[in-house]
Amino acid sequence: MEKYYVEMKDITKSFGGVHALKNVSFRIVSGRVNVLIGENGAGKSTLMKILSGAYHEDEGQIWIDGRKVRIPDSQTALEQGIVMVYQELNLVPGMTVMDNMYLGVEKAHNGFLDKKAAKLAAQELLDMYNLGIQADDLVEELNVGKQQMIEIIKAVSKEAKVIVMDEPTSSLSQKECEELFDMIKTLTQDGVAIVYISHRMEEIFRIGDYITVMRDGEYVGDWKVKEIDQNFLVRQMVGREISQMFPKEPVPIGETVLKVENITKAGLFKDVSFELKRGEILGMAGLIGAGRTEVALSIFGRFQVDSGNIYLRGEKVCISNPRSAIMHRIAYVPEDRKGQGLDLNSRIRDNISISNMDRVGQGGLVNMGEENKLVKEMIEILHIKTPSPMQLAGNLSGGNQQKVVLAKWISRDIDVLILDEPTRGVDVGAKEEIHKLIVELARKGIGIIMISSELPEVLGMSDRILVMHEGKVTGILDAEGATQEAIMEKAAAVNV
Amino acid sequence: MKGSKTLIEKLKEFPQLSICAGYIIMFILLTALSEDFLTTRNLLNVLRQTSSTMIVAVGMTFVLITGGIDLSVGSVAALSATLSVAFMVNYQLPVAISLLLGLLVGIACGFINGLIISKLNLPAFIVTLAMMSSARGAALVYTNGKTIVGVPDSAIKFGQGYLFSIIPIPVVVMAIILVIAGIFITKTVFSRYIYAVGGNEECAKLSGINVNRVKLVVYSLSGLGAAIAGIIMTMRLASGQPTLGEGLEMDAIAACVLGGTSLSGGKGFLFGTIIGSVFLTTLSNGLNLMGVSSYMQQVLKGLIIVAAVCMYERKKN
Repeated sequence: MEKYYVEMKDITKSFGGVHALKNVSFRIVSGRVNVLIGENGAGKSTLMKILSGAYHEDEGQIWIDGRKVRIPDSQTALEQGIVMVYQELNLVPGMTVMDNMYLGVEKAHNGFLDKKAAKLAAQELLDMYNLGIQADDLVEELNVGKQQMIEIIKAVSKEAKVIVMDEPTSSLSQKECEELFDMIKTLTQDGVAIVYISHRMEEIFRIGDYITVMRDGEYVGDWKVKEIDQNFLVRQMVGREISQMFPKEPVPIGETVLKVENITKAGLFKDVSFELKRGEILGMAGLIGAGRTEVALSIFGRFQVDSGNIYLRGEKVCISNPRSAIMHRIAYVPEDRKGQGLDLNSRIRDNISISNMDRVGQGGLVNMGEENKLVKEMIEILHIKTPSPMQLAGNLSGGNQQKVVLAKWISRDIDVLILDEPTRGVDVGAKEEIHKLIVELARKGIGIIMISSELPEVLGMSDRILVMHEGKVTGILDAEGATQEAIMEKAAAVNV
Repeated sequence: MKGSKTLIEKLKEFPQLSICAGYIIMFILLTALSEDFLTTRNLLNVLRQTSSTMIVAVGMTFVLITGGIDLSVGSVAALSATLSVAFMVNYQLPVAISLLLGLLVGIACGFINGLIISKLNLPAFIVTLAMMSSARGAALVYTNGKTIVGVPDSAIKFGQGYLFSIIPIPVVVMAIILVIAGIFITKTVFSRYIYAVGGNEECAKLSGINVNRVKLVVYSLSGLGAAIAGIIMTMRLASGQPTLGEGLEMDAIAACVLGGTSLSGGKGFLFGTIIGSVFLTTLSNGLNLMGVSSYMQQVLKGLIIVAAVCMYERKKN
């Protein structure tokens, strides 16, 4: 291994008697992409929080640049050149790019802002990475990808030696990912060490140099990315063989259950038509912003279409709000489980039963017996890992949270299930379980629409694939015989 | 239940532990310091004094759980009570009908709040601030700033009467409301909707909840609570005063906050509100008995509210 800049040695940390980390070692090499991987709950975040001074190790040592250091707070971490770029971005939306970049370290003379100097310096940095962003753009007017890059530039402006990126691509489009990878390349060439946390295998093998695997709070090992393959890696992460990542099985396809005819919503999508049959999984591919979520939300009644028709079980229906969509036996699992799918501060029980009040309610009162029965059943069927149904949803891992959102809907008698990015930010083990569940639901005769930005998932799980580009359907492909390239062509509308 | 906890563990998780402990300590102190404090008469007096704030605070709790706020309760209390008195005195309507109309005025004010907040999607703070001004103004315009006297005796008993010649009628009214509210907020389907709207509004919408209707109902309930409180206070005074209930909204919010209800929505406890409301009244009652000036009392009240919120925040982390 090359000379490393940071070494974390035998780090142990427990919370209230539970070991979160046990003798974990992690080395960070300058000018390289150091991948940190493991299932949710493996301890990656805890380890990074120790590195950034948010938590303190119980035992173990941290060496930076050959010197043993203590990192009691985030200020010290910053002084050591360690910067975190979080999944949830830390930018003030209503402020300009430059104001955000120099937040807390404003360029000023005697307490008065020197806007000119700030703008010049900010613009220079932005141009260095060819971002096409103006220093006085408002952050809220930029897309998520650009916002993330500003976050990274902010780190660079603080003379970062180590930049930790936690799932940086989870909400980026393909194009934005490419831009991010370019940026990472430039950064490593300048000698910056990147710690890259991600669940996406392709990315890891594409940009990673070294990889460290963690499992259940323990260090499993580290390898050069070049020397290992995907199967090996998954085995190390899960500690067992994952039989099939995409356990798609043929199930009987029934009659058409949903038919969408030329639905249009100005500015979002135009003339979208497709059919969905019972037992069918219709994958929806496209770049972020192609209008897939908007189409889904319109079928679910959250948005109103300007024109076009929707037919359910052969009858034309008018869906004016989510309530009426639910009455029509449609369910929607949203892409943003924290923002749309769950109330994190409320219990698992309340989250699951809130969409089932017509079943567990009796004369306006909640029948607690029925409710507990339903919730227990769902926790069992979906293998939700929790000590009790009264646990707050916010305390669960990403995979288990997603299962709670699924439980809200599969507990109902539904004909159409729309899944919007069902496995985003979910670890490998839970992903496999969710995929199996999707197949089981299809077998029960439910028509499933699965929006996903992960092409292997779309290809691996779908019967047919609908591709959208800028609000229009650019193709509906049979999954059999389709390739990533074919989908990307349609998604980027190369031939249209 | 799986994983049964010891009594102490359960007690530690009880959110109102500190405020209850604080109340008990204060209670013991006041008993020791003033011989007039621990008497049936005085304790019933405390309950009577707290009744109007408590009734308003119940509605306020619901509003706060949805992530809203209702600043108009004091003014709505004044408007509904003065109009109610006006119906009896100026229009000679039967007492029962006048009271009912008064309650309807309160509900209507709340309904208008809810309608503007939900349909026009305006911030509750601004909308209810406007209602606070307008409702107070309407009461003053109608009475020309004067007090209406000559309230019939049958109405006055709602403020001054006693059940079994010992329990004040306002306390009885409060108890009935608390029982109904307790069932409402723990047992009904609608209560889940209230929490869901405050916890995550988008999630609530996507779960098929009619969010607008939930808001309409909680603000209407808050208006109803304000009207009941206004009528009780008015009947205690035996006259319709348009300046009634000034600062009532702050007392009610203070009681809720003291009880652990969050101003950011999604979290709230009826029990906490009850304790919070009784706490504040007991404090001023005790300090009065000890001859502490009302100015000093306000300072103390402020300190206690800040201390309580600190405690809840620390518990959260």
